[in-house]
Amino acid sequence: MKFSSLGNNQVFQELSSSKGVLIKTGPFNVSVRSDSAEFGNLLAWFYRDFPLLTKDNIFDYHISLSRTRGIRRYWRTQICFRLDNRDLFEPFPSRYGLPLFEWGMNWCIATQAHRYLLLHASVVERNGLAIILPAFPGSGKSTLCAALIHRGWRLFSDEFGIVRPENGMVIPLPRPIPLKNESIDVIRKFAPNVEIGPLFPKTRKGTVAHLRVPTSSVEGMYVEALPRWVIFPRYQSSAKVDIVPIPKSYALLKLATNSFNYGVLGKKGFILVGNIIRSCDCYDFTYGNLDDAVNRLNDLAMGCHA
Amino acid sequence: MHRIQNTKAARSLLIDLIVYPENAICLKPLEWDFLLRMARSSRLLGRLGKQLESQGFYSSLPEKVNDYLAGAQALVERQQRMAHWEINRLQRSLSEFDIDIIVLKGCGYLISEIPVSVGRSFSDVDIMVSKRYIEDVENHLIEKGWRSDKLDEYDQRYYRDWMHEVPPLRHRDRSMEVDLHHTILPLTCKLKPNANFLFQQAIDVRGCQFKVLAADDMVLHSATHLFYGSELNGDLRDLVDLNDLFNYFSTTNESFWLALNNRAVELELQRPLFYALRYCRKLLGTSIPDFVFENIKTGTPAGWIIWIMDLLVPAAILPEHPDFPSRLTAIARWLLYVRSHYLRMPLYLLIPHFFRKSIKRQKLIPAMVKFNKDTTAN
Repeated sequence: MKFSSLGNNQVFQELSSSKGVLIKTGPFNVSVRSDSAEFGNLLAWFYRDFPLLTKDNIFDYHISLSRTRGIRRYWRTQICFRLDNRDLFEPFPSRYGLPLFEWGMNWCIATQAHRYLLLHASVVERNGLAIILPAFPGSGKSTLCAALIHRGWRLFSDEFGIVRPENGMVIPLPRPIPLKNESIDVIRKFAPNVEIGPLFPKTRKGTVAHLRVPTSSVEGMYVEALPRWVIFPRYQSSAKVDIVPIPKSYALLKLATNSFNYGVLGKKGFILVGNIIRSCDCYDFTYGNLDDAVNRLNDLAMGCHA
Repeated sequence: MHRIQNTKAARSLLIDLIVYPENAICLKPLEWDFLLRMARSSRLLGRLGKQLESQGFYSSLPEKVNDYLAGAQALVERQQRMAHWEINRLQRSLSEFDIDIIVLKGCGYLISEIPVSVGRSFSDVDIMVSKRYIEDVENHLIEKGWRSDKLDEYDQRYYRDWMHEVPPLRHRDRSMEVDLHHTILPLTCKLKPNANFLFQQAIDVRGCQFKVLAADDMVLHSATHLFYGSELNGDLRDLVDLNDLFNYFSTTNESFWLALNNRAVELELQRPLFYALRYCRKLLGTSIPDFVFENIKTGTPAGWIIWIMDLLVPAAILPEHPDFPSRLTAIARWLLYVRSHYLRMPLYLLIPHFFRKSIKRQKLIPAMVKFNKDTTAN
């Protein structure tokens, strides 16, 4: 059963119940509770294609987005993120429930999902092969990722490269992609049929808006893939597209140090990252224009057969 | 199927799982859903995982349970690595000190490799030196790169002047906290076990220049720390430690119980031992011979005190159902929090200390997103 099968009233009813709305997002089962209708509407819109689970499951995260009590319930209203009924973060203005939910979920996964290797990277897939795009400041990875998934690539994740230790496969975790500032308009022009949610201005990252995951990527969430390329993107305005192979030793260090839990996994993390680097072609990738960047990566993928 | 929606029933299931891990195969997903979180908040997931693994149940558990356990295991292993490394660095830095240095509590279990350390996480390293060396040792560690963790002037005074303790240290390159002690309870506490006795009986550890407490002292320290040094706030893990220590030492040493009794009298720690024995037996069903209780009758508190503690301790020490918090638990925890401070600090220090703590804001993770002042208007 999908989220979209719930009517508006039902959504709010489920959100307010003791168990909450039960969503499967990638490998994680999430229970979401809330007393904010505004947040509930956005959640339903962004996650409408996602499968709902029954109560007879074990959930990874039990999250609630609750309007704060006391005077803040009526004046300069706020909303707070709770995990297992514990306040973790400072509250946000009540309109910002959705970005708070997304960032809070990221924190939960990054600090707890140590059953997997968690790379800080975007991952996209085509023909059964995945590109890992590690996130460095200035990489523009979210914009590039958003562009790729509207040109034939399947979204695995914008934020987490989740690797299964047993076999090195990357696991999809499709979730709304946060776009910042100019990227929002850039992607609107690039893919006019794109679905972008409301703007959230004046955050620390500037104005943020979220891109809805294409239905095909949501439906593909059960299909894992082997990584084939590790590509370190770097956006440089007006730069020509350039893709340069890099030494594997350098790639290993860059990938490892840009992982959420490499340190937690210790030796196992080292071996896993080493395996990825060994089995992938590794490149530095500079681009100034999205169309050129996407075309270049499409060429790369076509030149290779699974 | 009836859903468990209250703390009491949930706790009962959790204890059943801790004491009889083989019952794991009967659990339903709905039950696992809250039990795993309760075990995690009690820091017992690592231990549970190891028990299930050793009894061969891993493959018959739901996949999500394995996910939780694997995640917990990764964190436990990381903590153990960090603890080992910190102890290694401490040994290296203190190698020129020809004095007895005892590793206490969790890290003591770790370096002496007793079963209670399996699956256990460690948040800090506790070492004890004789009072006359403590200043030298602290200064030496600071020279070698450790820094005093609590830089607030009030906190420094709290530790040094009032509690007669060294504030926690942390090496500038690492995240592990090191607590330097000269005794096992603050000097302001009513109970004053003689630290020299502990040093006299301390035992060597193979391959390590540090020592650990003897078996009976380990147990007494754990009991004292739990019932006189902590707030009992969800500290089920510490009670489980005691259960594991009792079980291990009593099966490997015939005269353990008698030695424990005698030592409690010698160190005047009958009261914390009484509580440890009582609540291990009551809550975890630990097998303890009756004569052990008899022999510390002098330390047994008055009937009305036992009655109150019987109400408060289980309510405070056990975790709540994560979705249905209990008001009673909150009250019990607050009362025992007050008790723990009352036992450690004289009233003339206690009252201003509480006042100050109540105005200090609760620490939350700084907002991931900062807002300009205008954003708050809707």
